[in-house]
Amino acid sequence: MAVMTYIQAITSAMRDEMERDERVFVLGEDVGVKGGVFGATKGLQERFGELRVLDTPLAESAIAGVAIGAAMYGLRPIAEMQYADFMLPATNQIISEAAKIRYRSNNDWNCPVVIRAPFGGGIFGGLYHSQCPESVFFGTPGLKIVAPATPYDAKGLLKAAIRDEDPVIYFEHKKCYQMIEGEVPEDDYIVPIGKADVKREGSDITVITYGLTLHFALQAAEELSSEQGIEAHVLDLRTIQPLDREAILAAAARTGKVLIIHEDNKTGGVGGEVAAIIAEELLYDLDAPIRRLCGYDVPAMPISPTLEKFYMLNKDKVKTAMRELALY
Amino acid sequence: MTGYTSLEQQAKHRQLGLSDGQAIDMYRTMLLARKLDERSMLLQRAGKINFHISGIGQETAQVGAAFALQPGVDYLLPYYRDYAMVLAFGMTPRELMLSAFAKAEDPNSGGRQMPGHFGHKRLKIVTGSSPVTTQVPHAAGFALAARMTGQKFVSFVTFGEGSSNQGDFHEGINFAAVQRLPAIFMCENNQYAISVPYHKQVGTANIADRAIGYGIAGVRVDGTDALEVYRVVKEARERAIRGEGPTLIEAVMYRLTPHSTSDNDLVYRTREEVEYHRSRDGLPRFRQYLIDCGIWSEEQDAKLAEEIAAIVKDAIDYADKAPYPAPEDALKHVYAEEESTWRS
Ligand SMILES: Cc1ncc(C[n+]2csc(CCOP(=O)(O)OP(=O)(O)O)c2C)c(N)n1
Ligand SMILES: [Mg+2]
Repeated sequence: MAVMTYIQAITSAMRDEMERDERVFVLGEDVGVKGGVFGATKGLQERFGELRVLDTPLAESAIAGVAIGAAMYGLRPIAEMQYADFMLPATNQIISEAAKIRYRSNNDWNCPVVIRAPFGGGIFGGLYHSQCPESVFFGTPGLKIVAPATPYDAKGLLKAAIRDEDPVIYFEHKKCYQMIEGEVPEDDYIVPIGKADVKREGSDITVITYGLTLHFALQAAEELSSEQGIEAHVLDLRTIQPLDREAILAAAARTGKVLIIHEDNKTGGVGGEVAAIIAEELLYDLDAPIRRLCGYDVPAMPISPTLEKFYMLNKDKVKTAMRELALY
Repeated sequence: MTGYTSLEQQAKHRQLGLSDGQAIDMYRTMLLARKLDERSMLLQRAGKINFHISGIGQETAQVGAAFALQPGVDYLLPYYRDYAMVLAFGMTPRELMLSAFAKAEDPNSGGRQMPGHFGHKRLKIVTGSSPVTTQVPHAAGFALAARMTGQKFVSFVTFGEGSSNQGDFHEGINFAAVQRLPAIFMCENNQYAISVPYHKQVGTANIADRAIGYGIAGVRVDGTDALEVYRVVKEARERAIRGEGPTLIEAVMYRLTPHSTSDNDLVYRTREEVEYHRSRDGLPRFRQYLIDCGIWSEEQDAKLAEEIAAIVKDAIDYADKAPYPAPEDALKHVYAEEESTWRS
């Protein structure tokens, strides 16, 4: 086991997979000499050359579209979107093309592309460097969507995404890059796509979340445990499409009180679907109404410190919501 | 076209390196496409199929281009009018009719997509969609794969002139230009995008001029002249294989039919205009060229017409009788696993 940051785990997943399989390559804006604006591809061009760590023109639809073409040929492209906010020009390629290639060709063609997109706020990025656009893609069958929160999951899910035969959007939280450290095995491993993970066992309330907010939930859970003896059961979705229904239902049944948390705004978010799954199957087993703690329904996160802080979730807001539910 | 002397060694197709047999094959392919196309329109009107979008008037350019490529080696990213092109790449009339009838055995999509949405992996015909021009960056991706794997093939992609206004046209060609990839972009300029004529779509006089902006070769060619299209595509392919980068070709022609079976074109253009262009149809001109070269005759032509009529009839009978997909097959192939993790 080595301790590494979340971003190091991402880099090392790409390096491992590029060593293992020469069909794997990275393309995107500034991924080459610079190693990406966040440093996720640092050192890769030195190791693998200009063609396999390809600086592209500043054109997201081409980054996705060229990757899709190369994937249909049989290569394993990793397309880096510099910020998730800027993947919208590639939305047509992702939703009309990547998601539908297997289905529309009746299984003749497939599109094993990975689209990496740094998402989320709390970095003074303002409206267009802070968004969580997963709900744009969520609900598009044919796409898989993952959003790891820990270095272990980040590496294992990226490897799984690269090896997957279908298109995977890989949302990596910018705030986790340097802030989150954890143990990562030296040996080859993957984290299977479609499997949620219980990150904390508890019997009083269930928290279901993904991404940065997992860490707020885990911190709040520890405090609630030591301060008030409230034991939270915390499920990390890790994959947001397809959702792990069994794990969601098991986690909800565990306590009968469910709080769903995500940074993306509430309306139309992943949490609504999680709540619906629970309501469809477990409504009469619940001891409290399902609650959601999410970003506000405003167009995007503003930059001013007061505004950003107001928008962003944090440990204290999460703790308050968890306590309220426990006391219900 | 008929101006070529009958002196055998000077016949244009031979100058271009095409045998008499190949020239006749080109004619056969365009005629087969034309007949399948005409019958498809009738089938739609008779209520046997739901929809047809025609390639009539564009077969000469499609065949000229396809014969300059290497089926089985090169990747084809066609658009919805390219029946003659996919036939030249090995798709069969039965397969095209299976698609028109949306039957299970349709290799393009298993009856999922509208006709004209081609795809056939074994033939290296890349699956396409309806939003126009998304295939252009894909062609750059295939050409990038050629570069990365050291394989000697080109990607060849087509689209309409209206579609050349899409961002993906620009992004895809620019990408290929920067990397000098072995890709060929061919615009089938048929003067209309549904009802909107060229001058309301494009600010430049020619689509080919747009190549200047990408720093690549741009070639304008008479799309009704199959041999000229053959020549420019062949040259583009040679450039691409030599590592000299992509070419943008504009094949100029005219859409002789309404946009699709859902369109009434006389709302936006006159019968006289259409008739004028019908008189310049490249297909009968190519037949006349073959006759003038002394390698084709009226008798052979009559025989070919009969042969094609039989092929078309067989294709329709076959597709008409073929089974539809099982209803619940709509749930298949969302993801790789048959036991999909996706829930309905
Ligand atoms: C992105 C997108 N917008 C609109 C349409 C509807 N549409 C289908 S074909 C067409 C016209 C295309 O014209 P052109 O590119 O000149 O090709 P042509 O049909 O003339 O061969 C339009 C507007 C579409 N398929 N995709
Ligand atoms: Mg047109």
